[in-house]
Amino acid sequence: MQSVSTLERILRGTAISLVIFFFMFPIFWIFLMSFQTNETILRVPPSMVFEPTLTNYRSLISGTLEGSTATLEIRFMSNLYNSLFLSVTSVTVGLLLGVPAAYAFAKLKFRGSEDIAFTLLSFRFAPPLLVLLPLTIYFQKIGLADTYLGLIWVYQLIVLPLILWIVRGYFEDIPSDIEYAHRIAGHGFWSTFTKIALPLAGPGIAAAGLLAFIFAWNNFIFALVLASADKQPVTVGALAFITASGINYGQIAAGIMLSIAPTFALALYAQRYLVEGLSLGAVKG
Amino acid sequence: MSLVLKDIRKSFKGDLVLDGLSLEVPTGKTLVLFGPSGAGKTVLLRLIAGVIEPDEGEISISGRNMSGVEPEDRGIGMAFQNFALFPHMSAHDNIASPLTAQKQTKSTIQSGVQSLARLLKIEHVLGHKPKELSNGQKQRTALARALAGKPDVLLLDDPLRNVDAKLRFEMRLELPRLIKDQQATVIYVTQDYKEAMAFGDEIAVINGGQVQQVGSPAQIYLSPANTDIARLFGDPVINLLDVTPKAGASGPHVLVSDQIVPLPENHLGDVDRACVLGLRPEALRFVGADSQGAIPVTVETEAPLNEKTVTLAVTARGREIMLSRPAGTPGPSTGPAHIGINARAALLFDRATGALIPAQDTKIEGKVA
Repeated sequence: MQSVSTLERILRGTAISLVIFFFMFPIFWIFLMSFQTNETILRVPPSMVFEPTLTNYRSLISGTLEGSTATLEIRFMSNLYNSLFLSVTSVTVGLLLGVPAAYAFAKLKFRGSEDIAFTLLSFRFAPPLLVLLPLTIYFQKIGLADTYLGLIWVYQLIVLPLILWIVRGYFEDIPSDIEYAHRIAGHGFWSTFTKIALPLAGPGIAAAGLLAFIFAWNNFIFALVLASADKQPVTVGALAFITASGINYGQIAAGIMLSIAPTFALALYAQRYLVEGLSLGAVKG
Repeated sequence: MSLVLKDIRKSFKGDLVLDGLSLEVPTGKTLVLFGPSGAGKTVLLRLIAGVIEPDEGEISISGRNMSGVEPEDRGIGMAFQNFALFPHMSAHDNIASPLTAQKQTKSTIQSGVQSLARLLKIEHVLGHKPKELSNGQKQRTALARALAGKPDVLLLDDPLRNVDAKLRFEMRLELPRLIKDQQATVIYVTQDYKEAMAFGDEIAVINGGQVQQVGSPAQIYLSPANTDIARLFGDPVINLLDVTPKAGASGPHVLVSDQIVPLPENHLGDVDRACVLGLRPEALRFVGADSQGAIPVTVETEAPLNEKTVTLAVTARGREIMLSRPAGTPGPSTGPAHIGINARAALLFDRATGALIPAQDTKIEGKVA
């Protein structure tokens, strides 16, 4: 028995290490790249030994890219700000719209509610380009192209279905008797929603909000098509490093490190809530 | 504060749960809703509370039609079978909930909660969250919350179902007094006939979405409207024997193991009708072989319970009969014996419908055994 369990432990450890290596190595390699110049990055064979430099980060933060032939202005920091602004606002709007909608779908079964809920989810099935091509034309006509408002609106395609479906499950898990008890005790519908339903679905709402934030932050295609340079998030902004005079791998790597930092930190901080929120039921008596 | 239900109909997804049910509870009285699970008792309470609306029919409280009145405006207190405490609030805040809804002052809320907690012996756990409470404490908290708002109508949905036997026994003693002190109109749902007998000014037996019988506990026990109700009330269960009344020199009678059991005079009209004879186990006793009408039986087994001894006997024709006698009284525990029937306590039911065939001169009075 002992030998089996030891073998099992070794196998399991190896498997986990392989998985971690597989997923983490690219990030680790990019981390190393972000401290190197293009010359050391493009060495053949590649090596982990190099003289670290902070020039990549310095040029990102100062906003000027020293190329071999010319000096290029880049807006990485404003891209980073755009990402933050777009994600936070989109998730806030998504929560404001999605949470009450989720409650309605969960608790007030009305005619066609299942169909509407499913239609909202189906936005996630459609390839984004399907929506984007007509949307680009419409947005240009009504003046929403290249505006924060337009982007936040389109971002709802990503965050709203996600929030709606996760939070709906949480509201459904709240026993109706608990809400009935609150009503019978003399509280109105709105008070029951805010004092009973919202706190009890709290972990689910937080988890949905975090996931939605990560999805919004990582979005690329909507912003690529609908936003010009000054509204672009980092995901699109990184394209600026592919210049006529060559590809600045070092800056791209540094840019990636900076842009994954917020979601990475958020995921690390909140992973306990995420796992708990997504796996546990809402109400434990 | 009287509560009137008229022709209530309610169906869920095509299933008719309540089918034209009517009930009336006078102000300050306790009505026990008794019936098997799935009979529609909980649905009825929810209709009264206003969290669901009836398809048809009218509910009025103190003469006021409740149609369209929101649950929070009905002046109702309710204790749920599964307690339904607010999991994120302390016991104190749970109990205070109806008082905060009434916008009472802080000190009124404080003293109200304290006095209820003292009454229900949960003062020491007021700061605890529901998940830190034992089932008994949860049950008391839920009860305190139902009482806190001083409701005109109190709905108790089988509140003792989910508590342990000891607490259930204690609460069976305490609860009636507590309810009486509220001076509220009370509807108490239970599946336990002893609880029904102990709490109810009246008992309404519900089955199949309809009221089968309403009456005092004594009426229900001594004169059940049909064999179903006769079976539900009483432990051990009533003996039901297929019989056919005959007319004889001494009047109408039935034969049990060829022995004559006389029936009241007015059953003359029921001669040769297919009937069921209902005999409560405590209406039977062991007698000497020579006593009149003694029925020979074989005693199969005996179960001594604390306060009574239950005996299973089999007649010559193989019919099983249960007898109950107070513990400590002598009786055979095995082998051949004779039993005598207290004919006055015998009930006659129609075999096809199961309905009671009332004996006209039998006036229901007196106490419940």
